[in-house]
Amino acid sequence: MTAIDTAAEDHAETSVKAPVLLGPWALMWRQFRRHRIAYLSLYIVGFVYLVALFGEFLAPVNHLETNTRAPFAPPQHVHFFAEGEDGGREFGLHAYGLKMEIDREAMRRHFVEDPEKIIPLGFFVRGHEYKLLWLFPTDRHFFGPKDPRDKVYFWGADRLGRDILSRIIMGTRISMSIGLVGVAVSLIVGVSLGGISGYYGGWVDNAIQRLIEFLRSIPTIPLWMGLAAAIPLDWPPLRTYFVVTLIVSMIGWTTLAREVRGKFLSLRREDFVVAARLDGLSDWEVIRKHLVPSFASHIIASLTLAVPLMILAETSLSFLGIGLQPPIVSWGTLLKEAQNIRTIVEAPWLLIGPGSVIVMTVLALNFLGDGLRDAADPYAH
Amino acid sequence: MGGFILRRVLYMIPTVLLVSIVTFVIIQLPPGDYLDSLAAELGESGVDNTAVVEQLREQYGLGQPMYLQYWKWMTGILLEGDFGISFEKNLPVTDVIWDRLGWTFAISLMTLFFIWAVALPIGIYSAVRKYSMGDYVATFIGFIGLAVPNFLLALVMMYVSFRYFGQSVGGLVSPEYLDQPWSWPKFVDLLKHIWMPIFVVGTSGAAALIRIMRANLLDELYRPYVVTARAKGMSEFQLLMRYPVRVALNPFISTIGWILPTLVSGEIIVAVVMNLPTTGPLLLRALLVQDMYLAGSLILIVSLLTVIGTLLSDVLLAWVDPRIRYQ
Repeated sequence: MTAIDTAAEDHAETSVKAPVLLGPWALMWRQFRRHRIAYLSLYIVGFVYLVALFGEFLAPVNHLETNTRAPFAPPQHVHFFAEGEDGGREFGLHAYGLKMEIDREAMRRHFVEDPEKIIPLGFFVRGHEYKLLWLFPTDRHFFGPKDPRDKVYFWGADRLGRDILSRIIMGTRISMSIGLVGVAVSLIVGVSLGGISGYYGGWVDNAIQRLIEFLRSIPTIPLWMGLAAAIPLDWPPLRTYFVVTLIVSMIGWTTLAREVRGKFLSLRREDFVVAARLDGLSDWEVIRKHLVPSFASHIIASLTLAVPLMILAETSLSFLGIGLQPPIVSWGTLLKEAQNIRTIVEAPWLLIGPGSVIVMTVLALNFLGDGLRDAADPYAH
Repeated sequence: MGGFILRRVLYMIPTVLLVSIVTFVIIQLPPGDYLDSLAAELGESGVDNTAVVEQLREQYGLGQPMYLQYWKWMTGILLEGDFGISFEKNLPVTDVIWDRLGWTFAISLMTLFFIWAVALPIGIYSAVRKYSMGDYVATFIGFIGLAVPNFLLALVMMYVSFRYFGQSVGGLVSPEYLDQPWSWPKFVDLLKHIWMPIFVVGTSGAAALIRIMRANLLDELYRPYVVTARAKGMSEFQLLMRYPVRVALNPFISTIGWILPTLVSGEIIVAVVMNLPTTGPLLLRALLVQDMYLAGSLILIVSLLTVIGTLLSDVLLAWVDPRIRYQ
């Protein structure tokens, strides 16, 4: 009896006295989830990166394929019910084919949907061949016309009859990875320079701070324009991509370096850092084992906020025609197609598609970074 | 105060020197120069011109090492105010740029005032009515302002005004006023056009400033001095304006330092899209055809004026807020 009693008591005690101990990361996660928009944004950003990863699978058609019969073809709608063989309406995804009409007065071609011509659509259809995740050769696509010879433009086509939706999907890979690679570069530069500046102080600190002030006091765009214009047009796409990424990453590291320096300065005098040093740890060990973990969350938040800046920078440069060049498909090069007002009036989908994708992604990244920043210090309040 | 200003001006000198060097290196980066493309162009038309091109090269010192060219360019600017020559236009750079620089900075300054006029009341409102509907709307619009790239907003605005209001877009005045002298109707026409670039360039800055203003004012609103003033029976509006807002105003001045460079940058991109007679299109063109002295002078002067603007904002800040130490 007594044994059972004590056991029950023990149980009662543990359930009251020993709540689940949450580590700092778990606390941050809990804090982060409270920020609803940021939490939702996490899913949106995750989705965008998935699109970047599985681009070829999701793109209905080959994004490089031109079609002389569909320049500036308008977006085609997906219809759900088709007329069955018995005359009744039955479920079946399809789109109507496009018919070109020539407006003799305005001397312009335009397209109308042709209800006679039905293009059946389906999931996991066969299309052009590609390598999934750069490894597995296949020709399956998530959604598209059942007959690979049919062409459907869900978001319209550009002046060469290339599918805008597929191009946006493929451009996601370039644009989003420029954000990531750029952030990685500015992380390395920012954390090392900021760390050196804050940890050692003295003239090194002074020199680095002057450099940062210098970079921040000059208008960036003209300088980046100069740098980007210096990229020879005949360079291979990969090299251009890499250089543009470097140029873009120069925007982000100053903020990061300042933040890291501030953290170093305030943490340097903390008891646990002094204790670690008295224990005989080397400078490098103190930095790696004690300082970096204590501001890692802040860094992650700032990095997230830097990604949209870089995406916007790449987009702006490519839009001006001095960043990435046309064989490369990025959101910026897509918008370059919509550069003058007459094109936009004639084919607004050239602007609407890529534009809304950029705005949505950048917005989500901003909200995500905002939520992370709020959650970065779970012991505050 | 005098010593502070002097020190700041002295600090500016190495910055400007560095800007000039960086600029010069950047415009020298592309392989070849303008004369190469000129020679290619002339060669296509079948004219034998090696002698002419060589003579030009000699004249501009293009074959010399970079530091000599830099020295020549710099001494020209400092001693004679000669920024070199624009190869493409075959005119001295100084004849081409001043008009355009004037417009760039006029638009940037007007944008700055626009940002202040918008961000101040909205920022105060969102702080005082924290978590109200209006605050959420302001925050949301602010985020959108940050997320829409300037050039995209410019394109959308141009499309909307062309499609739904039938207004001519691009440029600062309607085509029929282009070559006319200044008059009242032309001025009115200018106002009809100029608000668009100002609005487009200003949105992202205004969005950022609203958030800063809101955060700063929230820090001040619950301070004991506010409670004291309220306890003494001061009206809420008077109290707000007289104390916490004044304290929270500092960032409005100190942010000129980083807002001005971004405004100038934004103006350059928007000008390309909207085809404004400012530095943007000129700079882009000059960079693309390697008209190096024109491009270099534009980058140099734009940076220089921005640095001066930042200096002015620092001085203004030190003057407005005596707590800022003159260090």
